[in-house]
Amino acid sequence: MNKPSLAVFKFASCDGCQLSLLDCEDELLKVAELVEIANFPEASRRILPGPYDIALVEGSITTEHDEERIQEIREGSRILISIGACATAGGIQALRNYADVDQMVRAVYPQPSYIDTLATSTPISRHVKVDYELHGCPINKYQLLEVLLAFTAGRRPQVSNDSVCMECKAAGNVCVMVAQGEHCLGPITHAGCGALCPSFDRGCFGCYGVKEQADVESLFVFLRDQRGMTTQQAVALVQSFNADAPELKVIASDRKWGRRREDRPE
Amino acid sequence: MAEKQIPVRAGIKSRRIKVDNLTRVEGEGSLLIDVQGGELRELKLKIFEPPRFFEALLKGRALGEAPDITARICGICPVAYMMSAVHAMERALGVTVSDPIRQLRRLLYCGEWIESHVLHIFMLHAPDFLGYDDVIGMARDHGERVKSALAMKKAGNEIIRVLGGREVHPINVKVGGFYKLPEKAALTALLDPLKHGRDTARDTVLWASSLDFPELTRQYEFVALQHPDEYPMNDGRIVSSRGLDIQQTEFPDHFEEIHLPHSNALHAVRKEHRSAYFVGPMARYQLSRDQLSEETRALAKEAGFLRDVNNPFESIVVRALETHYAFDEAIRLIEQYEVDGASSVPAPARKARGVAATEAPRGLLFHQYDVDERGLITRANIVPPTSQNQFTIEEDLHDLVSANLELPQDLLTARCEQAIRNYDPCISCATHFLKLDIRRD
Repeated sequence: MNKPSLAVFKFASCDGCQLSLLDCEDELLKVAELVEIANFPEASRRILPGPYDIALVEGSITTEHDEERIQEIREGSRILISIGACATAGGIQALRNYADVDQMVRAVYPQPSYIDTLATSTPISRHVKVDYELHGCPINKYQLLEVLLAFTAGRRPQVSNDSVCMECKAAGNVCVMVAQGEHCLGPITHAGCGALCPSFDRGCFGCYGVKEQADVESLFVFLRDQRGMTTQQAVALVQSFNADAPELKVIASDRKWGRRREDRPE
Repeated sequence: MAEKQIPVRAGIKSRRIKVDNLTRVEGEGSLLIDVQGGELRELKLKIFEPPRFFEALLKGRALGEAPDITARICGICPVAYMMSAVHAMERALGVTVSDPIRQLRRLLYCGEWIESHVLHIFMLHAPDFLGYDDVIGMARDHGERVKSALAMKKAGNEIIRVLGGREVHPINVKVGGFYKLPEKAALTALLDPLKHGRDTARDTVLWASSLDFPELTRQYEFVALQHPDEYPMNDGRIVSSRGLDIQQTEFPDHFEEIHLPHSNALHAVRKEHRSAYFVGPMARYQLSRDQLSEETRALAKEAGFLRDVNNPFESIVVRALETHYAFDEAIRLIEQYEVDGASSVPAPARKARGVAATEAPRGLLFHQYDVDERGLITRANIVPPTSQNQFTIEEDLHDLVSANLELPQDLLTARCEQAIRNYDPCISCATHFLKLDIRRD
């Protein structure tokens, strides 16, 4: 049997999620036996032509060219998996969706006319059908291995759908929000990190993104009304790394709290 | 950059090289080289990594968020971003951290130098010297060397995991110190793999020094931090091999970023002459190699490298030497570490400006922030190492191409790619993948 072919594609991102594959120091050579690494530009000069069995996509869509490129990648891939906060929820650069991007360009680049960018940073699923989304900023490398192995074997990946709170309890941590008064996004955040921040005495800042069916609004109101966070602070905390997650629309589209660019009246 | 005349060589006046993808670098870009009539018409290192506007989205954020937010600029060297950010903020707030915190930060940086340098030496650069497409291909013939390299990388990553929480985008760094100090036992458990890694790093230096280096010698202005007591990582004055010696706050007076139409990265130049300069391992080695440990210096001598290094292809040896040093230093720091005092010092807000430069694995990383009395960032400016090296890379390519016009197309192209990799460019940082497009008629 032929080995399934693997391709790794990058859009707007920091490279950290695809680096997670190279960070599998004990497993990398075994992975290379299991799949044919056909197109992984960060790691290899050898680029085999598609179509590919599995495509890992890192990064968010921020340019017109990338809007076209993701369509081509989808057509050339049997299974498309988006990895990381940028690919699944727009990434930190999706904060532009709530701001004036022209102003941002002017703030960073002396010659704004040289810059070609869209007004929004959007997840891959907004543009094409995605077969699986792996959350995290960055993703957990062991979850990535599980997802790769699962799709290679033709089964669904065993990745927890719990919240960070569940992992935190399992780790035996004392709740940092209750005991230390930290602002913690554990109740609404996707599991996967192993409750890292509470284990280091700090509140979760949501880098694994919003969990399915999380009650974002209640936590948000709690942080604002019970913990005295200002609206600006609470919005900033919840939005940071997964700014274009659909679950956050309930907050971001509310007039009191700030609005998505596309929801604003002209 | 001013275009220079390439000396006309007998028989070969025009060449056009085109490669669509430059690989094994971090990020997206392309290179265009066009030689016509013996004249270099065009040489552009084009960065088309989409811009992410970090400096703009930092505005209005709390100063304490700067380390976690700027870490997301680069998944390869997040520690560097965190370090420059916390130092800049602490200087703005007039905060001095305790000595144990300072030592732990240096240890964290050792972890990042190890994982980043080993990644680059073996996974990105060595395949060029040995004629492989990638490390997987290399592993088929050099299995033990690749396995021992992966073990070194893991040892470096373990430092970051224990001290920072995870390898990519650690979570334990804060303005004023750390969220939680590590237990001594958690660190001493790292000693065995680190000592083993130091032995492997020693072999790596000797192996790297035996590679065939393409010829290219240039006179660079090397720029790096320099510190009276230690090989530079977190602290020091900014000095150059041409006599510059300034405080970090003076950086904007002597360096500036200019914006060219072909690139989403800003090119940094020396302000005085708008000239190129060189940051990274070779610069640090040129300016501070006396500060390396005795063992690393003895190793450099044994390898025949305790000398000025002006051939950028030899940077792989310097990177290996720094890797050896980082192991040595990490071992020393762990052995002397005692859990002592609070995990952080208070850092109350005030209106001020703070700047800091630290030594990312690939070179000087400058951060500058203005913060207000509420502790919010009002202005941010970040100058990453790759945008500082971009002109130097272009100048290297210019000399390399003009001296090698007789080489066959595929060899010259491969040589150009290798020359770009000499800099371990992180285009994710400079905004971000290189696509090589060398045209010659």
